[in-house]
Amino acid sequence: MYSFEPSDEQRLLIETARRYALDELRKVAHEAEESKEFPLPVINKGWELGILHASIPEAYGGFGERSALSGALAAEEFAYGDLAGALAIGTPSLFAFPILLAGSEQQKQQYLPAVITGEWKPYTAALIEPAFDFDPNDLKTVAQADGGDYVITGEKTFVPFAAQAEEMLVFAKLGDQTKGFILPKGAPGLTVGAEREKWMGLNALPFYTVKLEQVRVPQANLLPGDFAPILDASRVAVAAMAVGVARAAFEYSRDYAKEREVFGVKVAQKQAIAFMLAEMATEIEAIRLLVWEAAWAIDNQKEDAGQTAYLALTGAIDMAMMVTDRAVQILGGHGYIRDHPVELWMRNGRGFAMFTGLAMV
Amino acid sequence: MIDFEIPEKIAGIRNVIETVAVNMMRPVSRYYDEHEHEIPWDYINFMHTASKAMGGSSMAGGEPKKEGPRFTFQRLAVMVEMLSWGDAGMYLCTPGGMLGSAAVSATGTPEQKERFLARFRGEKPVFDAMCMTEPHCGSDTAAIRTTAMLDKETNEWVLNGEKIFVTAGHKALIDSEGFIVVWATIDPSAGRAGMRPFVIEAGTPGCQVTNMEHKLGIRASDTVSIVLQDCRVPFENILGSPEVVTEKATTGFKGAMATFDATRPLVAAQAIGLARATLELLKEMLAERGVTIRYGLPRQKLTAIEKDVIDMEVMLRSAWWLVLKAVWMMDNGKPNSLESSMAKVRAGDVVNRITQKAVEIMGPLGYSREYLLEKWFRDAKISDIYEGTGQINRLVVARQLLGYRSSELR
Repeated sequence: MYSFEPSDEQRLLIETARRYALDELRKVAHEAEESKEFPLPVINKGWELGILHASIPEAYGGFGERSALSGALAAEEFAYGDLAGALAIGTPSLFAFPILLAGSEQQKQQYLPAVITGEWKPYTAALIEPAFDFDPNDLKTVAQADGGDYVITGEKTFVPFAAQAEEMLVFAKLGDQTKGFILPKGAPGLTVGAEREKWMGLNALPFYTVKLEQVRVPQANLLPGDFAPILDASRVAVAAMAVGVARAAFEYSRDYAKEREVFGVKVAQKQAIAFMLAEMATEIEAIRLLVWEAAWAIDNQKEDAGQTAYLALTGAIDMAMMVTDRAVQILGGHGYIRDHPVELWMRNGRGFAMFTGLAMV
Repeated sequence: MIDFEIPEKIAGIRNVIETVAVNMMRPVSRYYDEHEHEIPWDYINFMHTASKAMGGSSMAGGEPKKEGPRFTFQRLAVMVEMLSWGDAGMYLCTPGGMLGSAAVSATGTPEQKERFLARFRGEKPVFDAMCMTEPHCGSDTAAIRTTAMLDKETNEWVLNGEKIFVTAGHKALIDSEGFIVVWATIDPSAGRAGMRPFVIEAGTPGCQVTNMEHKLGIRASDTVSIVLQDCRVPFENILGSPEVVTEKATTGFKGAMATFDATRPLVAAQAIGLARATLELLKEMLAERGVTIRYGLPRQKLTAIEKDVIDMEVMLRSAWWLVLKAVWMMDNGKPNSLESSMAKVRAGDVVNRITQKAVEIMGPLGYSREYLLEKWFRDAKISDIYEGTGQINRLVVARQLLGYRSSELR
């Protein structure tokens, strides 16, 4: 039966996440971006909200069942506060969710409690590769069976906290499939870039390249399950975050337009601006519903969940670019100045086209 | 609890309507497009019988009052979507309550609803229509000049004026014992505060259909001009409680707006049905020519056509949820004018972009009258015009988002 209303529990989750997003993430966002350092205490506060914990069953140290929908609702709120912060809090999820979704029983028992017990720890995953036509289903990083082991060779980019990570998941092509492999810190042949990568946005976070030269991993480190649900989990998470960033940009530019005077009226009283805002809000709401549908389809094991997640992200990428671009436009020259957050949101907005693999729900 | 599952009962009706669309609409779609003003009686009679068998399922039929969740508008939206998937012009010929009934439902008293809507349950198919637009004003509804003056001696309203662009006006007044709802002013100096809705039944002297338009699309549906010359209706034909006559408030105008809250998502649903038909046919025609869409690939690996089709799919799916959310709010008694206008804005855009792109992609085949793509391209345009243009709906959305009155955002 159709319903577009979050449950009471989800509403509480949204409110909690939103309060944290505004009181904590939004407040440090600018300084974190400029100083290229996200304050760890703020990450830890977000971690303590227990979004990931709520997705992990008790048997593995958590206290719940995974719901992609609840995860998407939280992801939107966090990203509404600040995208770098949202991604930082969720970095351990990049390691935990694939294990939860595709790991063996033994892998779950061995790794999940370690990830979620205690403070936030930089577990991470390496999916993205430095190619314009990067395709998660057709990776250039290759794994080959060799005796009882696998030998992995390739190059990854955009790996958050790689230098600090205790363990890391690496995705590689095995036969014609994408598979996850657990790599311990300092595995021979594994080289993390000496310097942080430099991106147009997300400067608050440390990203690294990861080079794999004949890295040997035992059979036990291969996640036996399929990659598809992992990819779906990431597409929905990234799409939900795109909605969050777009909403932040929309609200900021709306409020600005209601304050700013032009020709004796508020600039929001001009149809040229008001119509832009109307279209932004409409687009955000439409894509949000599609993202919800995708998350709901995952939770309800619908056959077309994967395709819906793909469509949702496709729509979210364009929507986030359109909305953040217009937010800057509405602020005019002020939008171009880094004192206002809209230019950062515009840089983030462009990034969603390449962020698959940087968030999971 | 967020849920995207179609309710079972609505799914059942959707299946029935799909059969109608496939068997009774698509085969004659082209015929009625090329024979403007001919009436598709086979379809009409079938729908009348079927809807009676189902206990009435239009705006006028209503739903038996019972406890629990209500589905009236969700069901209507799903039906309208499917009928428009069949043929948007023929859908507009569906008997048993359209926009006029919507106005009666939104603004009438229980007695009026019974009095005016009972006819839809009779032996013969009956139509209704709503008259708002006048030759000098469309979107600016408060500027209407049609007057309604009370003749105190006979206790009758006397209406004078001209209405244009009345959808199904001919069927409501001439081809059936239907009615029209006319928006008129009881005080021309009062602007919106003077606006009131009146019911004029078929056969009322002084009410005349004067013109039938020739249109770009939706040609199966008649669009007429109506002239009112000292047209007299009983006092009780003013919709709403008797106090509405004396109230200085903008009750009447608000009634018009409340009607739009209910009808805009349904017009949006029409757009979505047409857009879905187009996308499905486009994919079919492409597949026959060896082009299948490879979902899941990065943009960089897709062909231009694949990108277009995937974008269409995103637009269609996301816009449909906007529509459903708007009607779901309606059914759940939540104020929905923002969502209703959002749905109309988006669906109106989407159907035009999809139909225009589809004709472009199929090239000469898209442009050919051998296929329905070109017809749907023409049918689509109306969705962004009637029941509030895209621009008026943007204005409604913007005012709500910004908290502005109409004087603050003109």
